[in-house]
Amino acid sequence: MNSFSYTRAQEVDTAVREVTQDKAAKFIAGGTNILDLMKENVERPDRLVDITRLPLQQVESNPEGGLRLGALVSNADTAYHPEVIERYPLLSKTILAGASAQLRNMATDGGNLFQRTRCYYFYDTATPCNKREPGSGCSAINGYNRIHAILGTSEQCIATHPSDMCVALAALDAVVNVKGPEGERQIKFEDFHRLPGNEPQYDNTVKTGEIVTSIDLPAEGFAKNYTYLKLRDRASYAFALVSVAVGLDLDGDTVREARVALGGVAHKPWRKPEAEALLKGQKATKENFRKVADALLQGAKGFGSNTFKIELAHRAIVRALVMATEMKKK
Amino acid sequence: MSSKVLTEPIGDVAVGLPPLQRVTLTINGAEKQLEVAPWTSLLDLLREYLDLTGTKKGCDHGQCGACTVLVDGKRINSCLTLAVMKDGCEITTVEGLSKGDQLHPVQEAFIEHDAFQCGYCTPGQICSAVGLINEGHAKTTDDIRELMSGNICRCGAYPGIVAAVEQALKVCQPNQ
Repeated sequence: MNSFSYTRAQEVDTAVREVTQDKAAKFIAGGTNILDLMKENVERPDRLVDITRLPLQQVESNPEGGLRLGALVSNADTAYHPEVIERYPLLSKTILAGASAQLRNMATDGGNLFQRTRCYYFYDTATPCNKREPGSGCSAINGYNRIHAILGTSEQCIATHPSDMCVALAALDAVVNVKGPEGERQIKFEDFHRLPGNEPQYDNTVKTGEIVTSIDLPAEGFAKNYTYLKLRDRASYAFALVSVAVGLDLDGDTVREARVALGGVAHKPWRKPEAEALLKGQKATKENFRKVADALLQGAKGFGSNTFKIELAHRAIVRALVMATEMKKK
Repeated sequence: MSSKVLTEPIGDVAVGLPPLQRVTLTINGAEKQLEVAPWTSLLDLLREYLDLTGTKKGCDHGQCGACTVLVDGKRINSCLTLAVMKDGCEITTVEGLSKGDQLHPVQEAFIEHDAFQCGYCTPGQICSAVGLINEGHAKTTDDIRELMSGNICRCGAYPGIVAAVEQALKVCQPNQ
């Protein structure tokens, strides 16, 4: 790890100012990802601004009748929060599907959004990587790419976003509240993370100095019919090869509204409203679910070691939709 | 409670490097005032500067759980924690679990169930199990397996570990 100076911010504005003024400064909260990357020399900040003492620790109601998660609430406290369990069980389930109990105690909700890819080449400073070093090339496209993306890739980068929590936040249409040098703004979750394109060094649309203050969950939590199906190499404590978050609003056997978000397959949680719309007013049958899977995976492209993910994702989408449908019958 | 003020810098900080930071930590019940380089992990502080070598360094990347300690009662990976960020916190390591000669129920259970072979992961397993019991979310054997998955045992002593945690859970939470 490189040497760096350390300051502890007491106010959001101070934290924003410190990181805005110093281009090589970074925020640190739970630290579970940035310290790991610093040990690998992937991140080399000259200053860390500790934001853990900022007053962003509350889970409270928001004006839309939903829930507002303070950016510094831990992943564990969020997953076990009674209101999250009752109203947003999909979110609770996705959080508990990720990392380990220790890491969930440390990691924050805001920080989870900024997790960086676990692409082996991004972590290995001896290899080219456009995300780590723009213009150096992508080692994954013709390398070992078993864990890599099949959707929304570019010739520059085929990395995936590693978060489970973010897959639920995408399905739930969460909104991220940020504060920066130019004031406050809201970012729709679909616009928060980005595809790699020609600038894979940018994981998201947050600007320098902006800090996430909270995450808003809309009133609808799909608490009756939901599931998170995570497929991975171990039963626990492993990143998703493919994951599917589903929320259904059912009227008997008819689908009023469907949400389907995929993890482990793209540079961001993958949603396609046109695919979800195929179910609107339709029966919740396997045949219809297959059409959704076809639409969601349209244009999917494998790179050799990860080509299996296309069929895996197709089956996982159908199975997750069946699982979410079956819930009401119990 | 004893208080220890380190007057000498405990990191080898050369001229020109960022300044040391003063922190107060309560470690296994004893308050300590220390000066640390910002990049000192809690794990390195414990092992390299305070001679608390019970906490083990395995992967140093938060993947193996050997470095698990309790901060304000919650289990965390001390290798992914900067010591300076825990200013004012209470740290409990495996050395702080027993009361004199009276072992913690988790420690007793690990001995009874022979829940180790080489023992390197054991302090982390034990601290993690204490954290698991504090959290109160484990109801079944499968819950224990899932909620202990952040602690890897290279020897594969998992059956003994799960049995030990199960027993300790009953001792510590008799109503569960």
